[in-house]
Amino acid sequence: MWQNIKLILKSVRQYKKPALITPLFMIGEAAAECIMPFIMGIFVDEIKLLNTPDNFFHTDGGIPVFYIALILLGLAIFSLICGIMGGKYASIASVGLAANLRSDLYKKLTSFSFENIDKFSTSSLVTRMTTDINNVQMAFQMMIRIVIRAPLMLIFSAVMTFVGGGPMGFVFVALVPIVSFGLFLIVKHAMKVFTRVFKRYDALNQSVQENVSGIRVVKSYVREDFEKDKFDNASDGLAKEFILGEKIVALNGPLLNTAIHLSNIIIIAAGCCLIYTTGTWTWSDASHTTGDWIGGILTLGQLSALITYGIQILMSLMMISMIAVMLTLSLEAIKRIGEVLKEEPTIKDCENPLYDVPDGSVKFDKVYFKYKSEAEKYTLENINIDIKSGQFIGILGSTGSGKTSVINLISRLYEVTEGELLVGGHDVKEYDLATLRNNVSVVLQKNVLFSGTIASNLQWGDINASEEEMMKACKIAQAEEIVNAKPEGLQSRVEQGGANFSGGQKQRLCIARAIMKKPKILILDDSTSAVDTKTDRLIRRGLKEDLPEMTKIVIAQRISSIEDADQIIILDDGKINAIGTHEELLKSNKIYQEVYYTQNKVGGDK
Amino acid sequence: MPPVRIKERAKAKKGTMKRLLKMLFKHYPWHLIVSLICLILNVITNLSSSIFVSLAVNALTAAGVQGTNPFIEKFEVSSTFGFVIETNVTYLVIVLACIYVVGIFAIWWWNRTMAIVTQKFLNTLRKEMFNHMQDLPIKYFDTHAHGAIMSLYTNDIDTIRQFISQALPSLVQTGLISLLVFIVMLSASVWMTLVVVVGLIVMTIVVKKIGGKSSKFFIKQQEALGRVEGNIEESIKGLKVIKVFSHEEKSSEDFDALNNELKDYATTANIHGNIMMPINGNIGNFLYILCGLMGAFIYIFGWRNLSLTGFEVIKGDTARFAGMISLFLMQSRMFANNVNQFSQQIIFIVMGMAGASRCLDLLDEKPEVDNGYVYLCNVKEKEDGTLEETEERTRKFAWKHQHGDGTLEYVPLKGHIVLDHVDFSYDGKKLVLEDVSIYAKPGQKIAFVGATGAGKTTITNLINRFYDIADGKIRYDGININKIKKADLRRSLGIVLQDTNLFTGTVMDNIRYGRLDATDEECIEAAKIANAHDFITRLPDGYNTMLSGDGGNLSQGQRQLLSIARAAVADAPVMILDEATSSIDTRTEKLVQQGTDKLMEGRTVFVIAHRLSTVQNSKAIMVLDHGHIIERGNHDDLIKQKGMYYNLYTGAFELE
Repeated sequence: MWQNIKLILKSVRQYKKPALITPLFMIGEAAAECIMPFIMGIFVDEIKLLNTPDNFFHTDGGIPVFYIALILLGLAIFSLICGIMGGKYASIASVGLAANLRSDLYKKLTSFSFENIDKFSTSSLVTRMTTDINNVQMAFQMMIRIVIRAPLMLIFSAVMTFVGGGPMGFVFVALVPIVSFGLFLIVKHAMKVFTRVFKRYDALNQSVQENVSGIRVVKSYVREDFEKDKFDNASDGLAKEFILGEKIVALNGPLLNTAIHLSNIIIIAAGCCLIYTTGTWTWSDASHTTGDWIGGILTLGQLSALITYGIQILMSLMMISMIAVMLTLSLEAIKRIGEVLKEEPTIKDCENPLYDVPDGSVKFDKVYFKYKSEAEKYTLENINIDIKSGQFIGILGSTGSGKTSVINLISRLYEVTEGELLVGGHDVKEYDLATLRNNVSVVLQKNVLFSGTIASNLQWGDINASEEEMMKACKIAQAEEIVNAKPEGLQSRVEQGGANFSGGQKQRLCIARAIMKKPKILILDDSTSAVDTKTDRLIRRGLKEDLPEMTKIVIAQRISSIEDADQIIILDDGKINAIGTHEELLKSNKIYQEVYYTQNKVGGDK
Repeated sequence: MPPVRIKERAKAKKGTMKRLLKMLFKHYPWHLIVSLICLILNVITNLSSSIFVSLAVNALTAAGVQGTNPFIEKFEVSSTFGFVIETNVTYLVIVLACIYVVGIFAIWWWNRTMAIVTQKFLNTLRKEMFNHMQDLPIKYFDTHAHGAIMSLYTNDIDTIRQFISQALPSLVQTGLISLLVFIVMLSASVWMTLVVVVGLIVMTIVVKKIGGKSSKFFIKQQEALGRVEGNIEESIKGLKVIKVFSHEEKSSEDFDALNNELKDYATTANIHGNIMMPINGNIGNFLYILCGLMGAFIYIFGWRNLSLTGFEVIKGDTARFAGMISLFLMQSRMFANNVNQFSQQIIFIVMGMAGASRCLDLLDEKPEVDNGYVYLCNVKEKEDGTLEETEERTRKFAWKHQHGDGTLEYVPLKGHIVLDHVDFSYDGKKLVLEDVSIYAKPGQKIAFVGATGAGKTTITNLINRFYDIADGKIRYDGININKIKKADLRRSLGIVLQDTNLFTGTVMDNIRYGRLDATDEECIEAAKIANAHDFITRLPDGYNTMLSGDGGNLSQGQRQLLSIARAAVADAPVMILDEATSSIDTRTEKLVQQGTDKLMEGRTVFVIAHRLSTVQNSKAIMVLDHGHIIERGNHDDLIKQKGMYYNLYTGAFELE
């Protein structure tokens, strides 16, 4: 846990100054707030001793009322400034920390290898970067503002009770530990219940989620009443637990009130006693009209001040208990953020990497691969493939046969477990990662466009690309008509996830984006599944004619997409079943024949 | 599909507060009344602290003046309220102790009751919302973003919780305390009260000014947050693409730009929120000093003090003045504190009202109407060939049709469905289906083919009355479906959808969802029909394996098989398969296909499929385009026609 907290605090960086200044201001504010009741006590005492307007500015003994008022005013202004500055710097520091954390998490995520990415689900990553960071921001702000202020208030107030109230301070010395223990018990028990409550809450929300998205199933099977009963039970269970927890928390108020009231009673009773027994009544004027108890351990003014301190002490205790709860709750968020920050990217650049990929040849030499080191079965076993620069390779196989795994290894998105994988004659591990990936362009199965414009998406491939270059890539990928159909052409807007384009259009634009990089190797992972066969054929022809040097590796479901490949690799259950040309495989390979005949039953594809 | 409403109500509707309080009061009148009494007792207790302190001070002063013991002998103590009571310190302490005991019970009871009321009310509201939601037409779910519906049950309910358990009590408490303190202050001195009132006005202005700015920046912060979250979501979903393009740095830069913008707004919004408390707190302190000085002036210059009890000079009356000044100063602090605390709650009131408004909107949605009067019932054939209703499970069903003239007719359920010149529109303007006629005889397989948005799914939505047709007629075994009770109509239709929605529970529970009274054996039998038995037995706990998160631990194909098994258990005479095998690869599809083929035997089936291989063996294939049936016939007919179907089949067109 401490490790996680330390890790998160590292992100404070340029906000160290405000983060450290804040507590200073809070100390100032707390000090002013504590001294004030003390001075106010004197203020009240002195006002009562006033006789003539002259007394206002000078008295025989003590400080004149006017000056006390000035001191109080000064303190209030000081407290105001400290409060404002403290609030300001606390905001700067905590919001800054949150911004840094978000940025750090983002950078961390982009440094992840595919293996790292697979570990976390998308929704959990989004929660970590939003809700969890918000919680940390609040907890941090609380920390630098109140965690320091509340104990300080406690200590200051305690000191002031002794300064102003003498032995009366012991009342609080006795009460504070008892109240703290009570609060501790309440928090401890409540936390236990609330952890259960949150789990139930999640389950309830899950059930709502299921019902909202599955409403067609619910209604089709006429299960509305069944679902209502289920929900009612779950909701009742949640409410019951919640009430149990809230009942425990509801003890907080009475506990504190008992303490405050008890201290009040003791202060009034014992205070009056002290004033009466140790002080003497002194007339402040000759005519014996006004006077006060003086010379004792306690004065009347101090009596009032003591009560104020009592409330302050117990309020700061209350604050501390609240913060304890908040911080405990934010620990979960801290843990979750820490998990991501701690995660080490499994693929890193080697020392003295190569910055040039000589050609587009690929060689798999006895390659074995599994996604998790603890898995028993290899996802890929004994893969041997030799691809010459500029060849067109097709890969075929059913779901789970390992097609995508094979191509992911080429651009080192995953690390080979055993064996050797050469690109351009060198082991992929020897290359600088960016160099390798710029030369091996992959169009992923789940490919996405990013919000922006068509041009901004295409520039992912080449940041300095001109319009002609972009249009040329679009032409090869058969995406020219998509761009031309839009009034704004390349500058047309792309919505989040490319939602304003159809599946086929997205695929073509993604291919264009990949070509923009002018890679030595282009990999298409089932990237034309939503494109019709004619366009598919045109894309292949474009790639062949316009980019003859480039090695093309294509995964496809449709035989027609790969039948004119130089080599077709058939994968089955992680092993190479056969390698050959269309004609060879059609003659000898069972899987290939099977797929071919299901797809061409009527021969319509010809 | 009809357009989804993205923007939800951000501000509360008028009258929301009134309606919410009414609901609250209707459910828990006694709890609330008792709570209010406890609250009043608690406020009085807190007030009496300062009154009794000032009384004790007065008593001590009086003792000094008279030279007697303040603990034993009684004194005439002039309270600040003007009247004189005869008491001593011992009495005061005992009475105060009694008040405190009552006060402690009061605060305990009221904290407890409010906690219980809040949770019970939220529970009632949640259940009411859910139950109401279940009765809403599909249109509601199609037109509202699911995330927004979900957030009703999470965020919005939570804002209501904060409102009821924190803001509302704070509102009432502040009001009460302010009122009482005001009376106490007035009774001490009108002049000094005026000072406090002026201070209060200043505080209100500050709250309004800073609060207004704060909420302006808060909105900007929320907007910036939305952009950052959008970017985060997009980046995480596209993380692999970012890696493939080595676009890490550029993406980070873009993100940092948005992140910085958020940081700037958030800092400003946060600062405004943070400085409210010290400013108001110190206005309270200034008030204190001003009141003290005012008191001093009144006293030493011998000004006439105006109070509830009179207009008099109090110069010389030390005891009276001492009590007044210490009481008044304490009250003014309490007053300021209260206003300050309340100002912290304003945001919760605003947010709570907006949340409540959205929840009430859900409750105001009109539920699905059902005027059907034809019921589905189990029947057995009597010896004379007529049908008779029975309790036992005969697997024979009939529509129980009560005619207008009082005669009762049992129409055997066969699965004969006719769409007769049907028009349909989601929004009442643009026709999504136009003049569609379909004849499905019992046992026939009818397929729909066409691009997304051509109206395939819409047709099935009309058959089970998720939506109602605009014109034309749909007849089920000769009965207009509008006359059939919706629940019974839907019970007679088995549906397998593209999105396989499973529910938290065991595999067995999920299969049994099709028919709740099915035995374990029947469920296993159904799983075998759907070809799901093999993979289920290989799961860690077999049929008792828990599924969570919509069956996230199963593959798409396995989930598909389970939903087919679910339909098999339901054993309905008519089946609708809507893209049931779309996201499975060709080889796995074969397995699923065997399952569905077995299921389809002897039933009327409507099939919607992306892959034409799935529909080839249909009795009739309808090719839909923009809401019209443009081709119909069996596979061979359509291939011969060389139309749209032929082009699709040969892959010359994209199906998007």
